[in-house]
Amino acid sequence: MKKKCDNLFWSALGHIVKRDDIVWWKAWIIRVLAVLLALVVCGVVTIFLTDLNPIEVYVTMIKGAVGSKRLTWNLLQNTAILLCVSLAVTPAFKMKFWNIGAEGQVLVGGLATAACMIYLGEKLPPALLIPVMLIVSIISGAIWAFVPAYFKTRYNSNETLFTLMMNYVAIQIVAFFTLEWSMPKGSGTPRPLEFGQLPTIFGQKYLINILIVALITVIVYIYLKYSKQGYEISVVGESENTARYIGINVKKVVLRTMLISGAICGITGFLLVAGTDHSLKSDTAGGRGFTAIMVSWLAKFNPVFMVLTSLLIVFLQKGASKISEVYRLNSSFSDIITGIIIFFIIGSEFFINYKIKFNKKGENV
Amino acid sequence: MKKIISFLLVAVMLVASLCMFTACSNEKTDGTTVSEDFKIGFIFLHDENSTYDKNFLEAAEAATAELGLKPEQVIFKTNIPEGNECYEAAADLADQGCNIVFANSFGHEPYMLKAAKEFPEVEFCHATGTTAHTENVPNFHNAFASIYEGRYLAGIAAGMKLNEMIESGKITADQAKMGYVGAFTYAEVISGYTSFYLGAKSVCPSVTMEVQFTGSWYDEALEKEAATKLLANNCVLISQHADSMGAPTACENAGVPNVSYNGSTKDACPNTFIISSRIDWAPYFKYIINANLAGEAIKADWCEGFEVGSVKLTDINEAVAAPGTKEAIEDAKAKLIAGEIKVFDASTFTVEGKALDSYKADVDTDADFTPDTEAIADGYFHESEFRSAPYFDVNIDGITLLNSMF
Repeated sequence: MKKKCDNLFWSALGHIVKRDDIVWWKAWIIRVLAVLLALVVCGVVTIFLTDLNPIEVYVTMIKGAVGSKRLTWNLLQNTAILLCVSLAVTPAFKMKFWNIGAEGQVLVGGLATAACMIYLGEKLPPALLIPVMLIVSIISGAIWAFVPAYFKTRYNSNETLFTLMMNYVAIQIVAFFTLEWSMPKGSGTPRPLEFGQLPTIFGQKYLINILIVALITVIVYIYLKYSKQGYEISVVGESENTARYIGINVKKVVLRTMLISGAICGITGFLLVAGTDHSLKSDTAGGRGFTAIMVSWLAKFNPVFMVLTSLLIVFLQKGASKISEVYRLNSSFSDIITGIIIFFIIGSEFFINYKIKFNKKGENV
Repeated sequence: MKKIISFLLVAVMLVASLCMFTACSNEKTDGTTVSEDFKIGFIFLHDENSTYDKNFLEAAEAATAELGLKPEQVIFKTNIPEGNECYEAAADLADQGCNIVFANSFGHEPYMLKAAKEFPEVEFCHATGTTAHTENVPNFHNAFASIYEGRYLAGIAAGMKLNEMIESGKITADQAKMGYVGAFTYAEVISGYTSFYLGAKSVCPSVTMEVQFTGSWYDEALEKEAATKLLANNCVLISQHADSMGAPTACENAGVPNVSYNGSTKDACPNTFIISSRIDWAPYFKYIINANLAGEAIKADWCEGFEVGSVKLTDINEAVAAPGTKEAIEDAKAKLIAGEIKVFDASTFTVEGKALDSYKADVDTDADFTPDTEAIADGYFHESEFRSAPYFDVNIDGITLLNSMF
């Protein structure tokens, strides 16, 4: 099944052919080469823009991510949170339901958690308060995802736009409550939430977050790969008509999957507010709802690969901020470096899926 | 396969060639009096693209250079949000061996406090915060400057400009209405615009002012929109307490004079910029570094003004300012330093038509915002005396709030 590229310009040089299948090690060689090439390009950019030694810059990046015990825990904790959002959007993506509303779903989850911490904090013991916070945030996230799903199944509304809009609604609601709860009054500074913080285990305050996300990773992996519902998601994603033909209730699958998606987002909000930040602002989710889309796609919706891709993204972010710290460079520079690396990694997927056939000399086009 | 191998080779050679660009940097000027082990870390909310942070960044660079600190003794962390990231940044700076950690944004406070409790041997200094005097954590400190005095002087420049417009017949005395773009309806902002207004009123008695809040410390689009709204309301002069170029740009586009904040915006707005007041943080940075080196305790609350150079005015833009502005400002400044005039002199303003002879201010931060301290004595409001951060939050006559943002 070789398909020729129709573009005249390209067909003069050669043509692009879809690979039928690629041996796993070849795919990995391409990926590794892409990263190497990215580092070379970044090096050239670094020399031209800053006169710094690129190797030193890369060493600084690594130091920034894992340079001390604290930084390593910080890296793992941020990876866990990003991974959690990515796990949340994955079932929906696999179903080809473009849920780009994770940001908002995380925020309402966080809002629910914060509300419990403020209004129930002094009334309930932690053993009761924390489960209540978790349940309420799961429900809130699920509701926020259910609304666009319901409209999609009932009126066939566009889920991309709908979930995106729901983000802004969530951000504004959270902004309202941030001001409402701010301390001192009117400063816009969120009140620190003292009651209902997640416990420190084995002396590590982020360990509980990491363990919870690890558990969710395993569950999502098993759910998608081995459960009947996971199979239904794949079928709906491949072809709704096929799904209907073999008797899958597509609407039910869409609603159910979005409830799961939103629920995991709600948990992320809970982990962020109760586990790390102990406060709530409209940027608590920090754009992770959107970054998660990239994490999920890069990993081809495989929860195990997502561990790697989310680690990569967070590693780059942490390393990049260390670059601006050490060399006193504007953060735009580290954004450029991160952008180049991610661009090459995404680009490498093209060469894994396609190959370029160059025209031999004398061959007629 | 051959292709892959040759490609790999090319890649390896490129990497190797890059290694050769190893540059020797880090040559330093000598003559340091500061100990080699000393380190100071700074946490900034944004980077130099925000006028607020630029002001801190430049002061930090100036102060550390003046004291002879080497670049590796000074660590800057920019773009640190007001959240757990601030705690992580502060703790990382402590891990890196900093003797002092400084943070510049109000919302950093709870996270700085958390780090201060965890690292008792490190001094944590926080600008604009309010809790050091009640928390009693010995290594946690607040600082501010009596910027309300600077704004008062900037207000005089505004009032002079209004007088010029009235005299030239461009506006009538009743039309002398200024506009002010504020961030939040919060003491620091209220104290700022009120002192600005009182400065203007001291030379132009008929002046009134409208305030529009944006609900954000830094939002260029919102600030521009707020300024545009004020201009549509026939405000003939604009000032702002928000950190982007939004309001100055709107003024430049409309050709309406602007009194800026945090530094000169003359380059971007040559036809409308009059003057700007700003806090110079370098004196504070020098104070904390010297105190730490000498083994002396740093004050829990530090608030200084013109005398030590903490409050500064930029050069006046003669092309826009009214003639005589410079002299008027210098005259008032001398009187402020001598204590002959007070910014919040209770005889110069009224509240709901009455003079203010008693006011309980919320000095000690608490969840219920309880007023706790009598601030009026000897005929004036004692700003920044009971703690470094401003607490004047009275709505005085002549100033109309178009909205509020808590």
